[in-house]
This record gives sequence, C-alpha cells and structure tokens, in this order.
Amino acid sequence: MRNPRLVILDYGVGNLRNLERAFAHLGIAARISSDPEVVYQATHLVLPGVGAFGAAMDELRSWGLEPVVRSVSRSGVPLLGVCVGFQMLFETGHEFGRHAGLGLLEGEVLRFPAEVRPVPHVGWNQVIQTQAHPLWKDIPDGAFFYFVHSYYAAPRVSGQVLGATDYGLRYASVVAYDNIMGVQFHPEKSHQVGLRLLHNFASL
Amino acid sequence: MLAKRIIPCLDVNAGRVVKGVRFLDLVDAGDPVAQARRYDAEGADELVFLDITASSDRRAIVTQMVRAVADAVFIPFTVGGGIRTVDDMRAILLAGADKISINTAAVQQPQLIAEGALKFGSQCIVVAIDARRIPETNPPRWEVFLHGGRTPTGKDAIAWAIEAERLGAGEILLTSMDRDGTQDGYDLELTAQVAAAVSIPVIASGGVGTLEHLHAGLTVGGASAALAASIFHFGQHTIAEAKAYLRARGVCVRQV
Repeated sequence: MRNPRLVILDYGVGNLRNLERAFAHLGIAARISSDPEVVYQATHLVLPGVGAFGAAMDELRSWGLEPVVRSVSRSGVPLLGVCVGFQMLFETGHEFGRHAGLGLLEGEVLRFPAEVRPVPHVGWNQVIQTQAHPLWKDIPDGAFFYFVHSYYAAPRVSGQVLGATDYGLRYASVVAYDNIMGVQFHPEKSHQVGLRLLHNFASL
Repeated sequence: MLAKRIIPCLDVNAGRVVKGVRFLDLVDAGDPVAQARRYDAEGADELVFLDITASSDRRAIVTQMVRAVADAVFIPFTVGGGIRTVDDMRAILLAGADKISINTAAVQQPQLIAEGALKFGSQCIVVAIDARRIPETNPPRWEVFLHGGRTPTGKDAIAWAIEAERLGAGEILLTSMDRDGTQDGYDLELTAQVAAAVSIPVIASGGVGTLEHLHAGLTVGGASAALAASIFHFGQHTIAEAKAYLRARGVCVRQV
C-alpha cells in the first residue's frame, strides 16, 4: 500500500480516536484535523459523525468546514462518510426537523418506520453486496458489521448502492458515487471485516 | 439479519480480571487486555468490563485499562462500575469505550441517564440492573439492589427497566443476583418479563453454566444478547463453540 496522507475530519463531534486507532492498527498514521490546509493536502478524507443529523451539520458549518469538504469531494480525493458522516453526504435529513445535508449524494435520510423496532438498530448485521467495488476486496458477501443508528439513507440513484442491509426493511448501508463513499455501520468497531474495509479505502 | 450477541463479561479489580460467586469470593482470572484480545480473536461480539475497584485512584486505573483495551480490540466494549457523573462518562468514552454502564448512580440520580443520553446518545448508555427475586411472591417479583448487591432499594425491577428506557437508556444489562455465579442458568422469567416490558435490547446476565443456558436466554428469555463470564474465562467453552451451538439451533449469530 502507498503511504496515504489520510485525514479524519475533526469538527467537534464523535470519538475520532477509535477510527485513528483502527488505521494505526493497519499501519496507517491517520491525522485528526480541522485545519483546511491539512485537509486540502489529504490523499484520503474520512468524515465521521455521531449524534443527530442537523446538529452534526451545524457543527460542520460552524467550524467552517462545509466548503472544505465540498472542495475535496470535487477534487477526486476518496472521501468516506461513516455513520452520521455517511448520512450527511445526502441532500436532506429528517432527524428532529428537516435539515440540508451536503448533497454530494442524491437522496434523503429517513427515520425507520414505526413498525420497525427496536430503534436504534444496534448490533451486528449483514451487508449484502449489491455490486462489485474495490471496497469489497477480500470481504465476504453477507459479512456482519456493527451498526448503531435510528435513521437510514434512501439514495435516489439505485446504481450507487454497493451494499444493503435488512432491518425491518432493506436499506442502503454502503453507497458510492465516484470518489464519494459512505458506510452506515462503524468499520472501526466491526472487527476484521471492518478493518479490511478501512484498508481497502486507504488503498484506493 | 440482526445477530444475537455473545458478550463475555470481565469483572476487573485494580487492573486484574476476577470472578466471584454471588458477588463474593473473588478469584483471579487474568490480565484484561490479554483476555480482551483472546475474546476478540474468538469472535466475541462485544465485551463488558465491570470495574469493582474500590480504591481512590480508580479513575486512573480504569482509564489506563480502557485505553489499552481500545488499542487492542476492534469490537464495541462497555465499561461500568463507579460511574457517578457525566464527567466520569466522558472520561471513559474519551479513553475509547463505546458504552457506559451505570447501576447504583442511575437509581440514586435517574437524571444521570437522561443527561448521559443527551450528551453522548442513548446508544452509549447502558443501565445495569441487579435484581433479586422477592421470596414467596406469586406472580414473581424482583427487587433492585445497589452497591454490587449489598443495598436493597424496594424498587421493582420491571418498573425500573421501563423507567430507565423512558429516561433514555439504550440497553438494559439485567443480572439475576440469585443466579449470578451459580451456573444454574439465567432467571428466564425475569429476563422474559423485562424483555417484554421494554423495546430496547436486554442483555441477559447471571448464571450461565452451559451453552443451553445461552440458548434459553436468547430464545425463551427473549434477550438480544447473552452475557457470561465463568464458562468462557476458565476455558469450559470457547466463543466459537457457543456460536456453533446457537447456529445449529437456528439462532442468527455473527460468523467470524
């Protein structure tokens, strides 16, 4: 593997150390940063996120990082959204009101329907690989990943869905559009397959 | 399909894993990081560390252990024991834990559940309930105990579980004090009643002596996760054996 300048974007939310530890375990010195100069130098950018969609977007904006992420996304640098960071890639989120996302992927983020319980969806669930992609290298179809979320992404373009998960309904758990990728689960907490996915991302 | 979880529980005292019978008679069972690594490799779905250290420097000991575990394993892990404030929670989460388990403090100041859930999300707030069957009650009732089982509260365990969920708990870690360390199996009535009363996941705990007990907790008991200590610590069964046993009986478990 090349030695990537991988940056984990810090905008005040989430536990970034666990992602950093996972990359360190893979021999990749990921850098946690909120400095646009550092982010613009990145060969790979990870957009983490926890908490509510709107609050996370507000933080990203208040740290002045929304245009930075947009700019990086246009540059062709591989961008990986994780959990709420994945959801923020879409146009609209419906958690505690209607919020504009980054709109790098077409579609919206919806609450699990009332008949789906319990919510949040917490635990190990399978990801069905719906199309081939370098992110899937050496990861078996139907592998279990660790999820914690109450909302799910509904992409408008079905051709951008790489993986699907069943939890009351079948939803898109992995999406990619050129250099813009996202996973609903936590790869840094998904044991060997999660580490493998991070390795595959860093190898793009 | 969402997998049922198998969770080894490590009671930790001053940085060492210990195991008691009915909360007493502690025996040394190893180094927490080495144990965590072993369970991670064997396919444990999560780990729970319950700190029973009573010393004044407990904060430093626990934080150091949490960091070491977070560097070694890439599955979710929960830390409980002696957590009384939002600042205690923050310190442990920042050190690398994914979830916080609160027990005594949750009963004494229920707002701590709500504050923790608001600050860090419900998914990282686990409310641990130590319940003991009230003798000669029919239908059976269970009372909540605190301080590692030493202090009765007069609180009904089922009602407390419902209240904890309402306040924002993301999971209930339910231990039968009558069964803990006995290897007689979970209190299935208790587990089933709590699992039916709340819509958040219930982790069954206390009493596992055989693989059949794990199966019963996840099926008859309706638990989302089965927690055990002795059968794994002392080499009676591996996590892989437990999962093969469950899978053969139609329970969805994560394959490594």
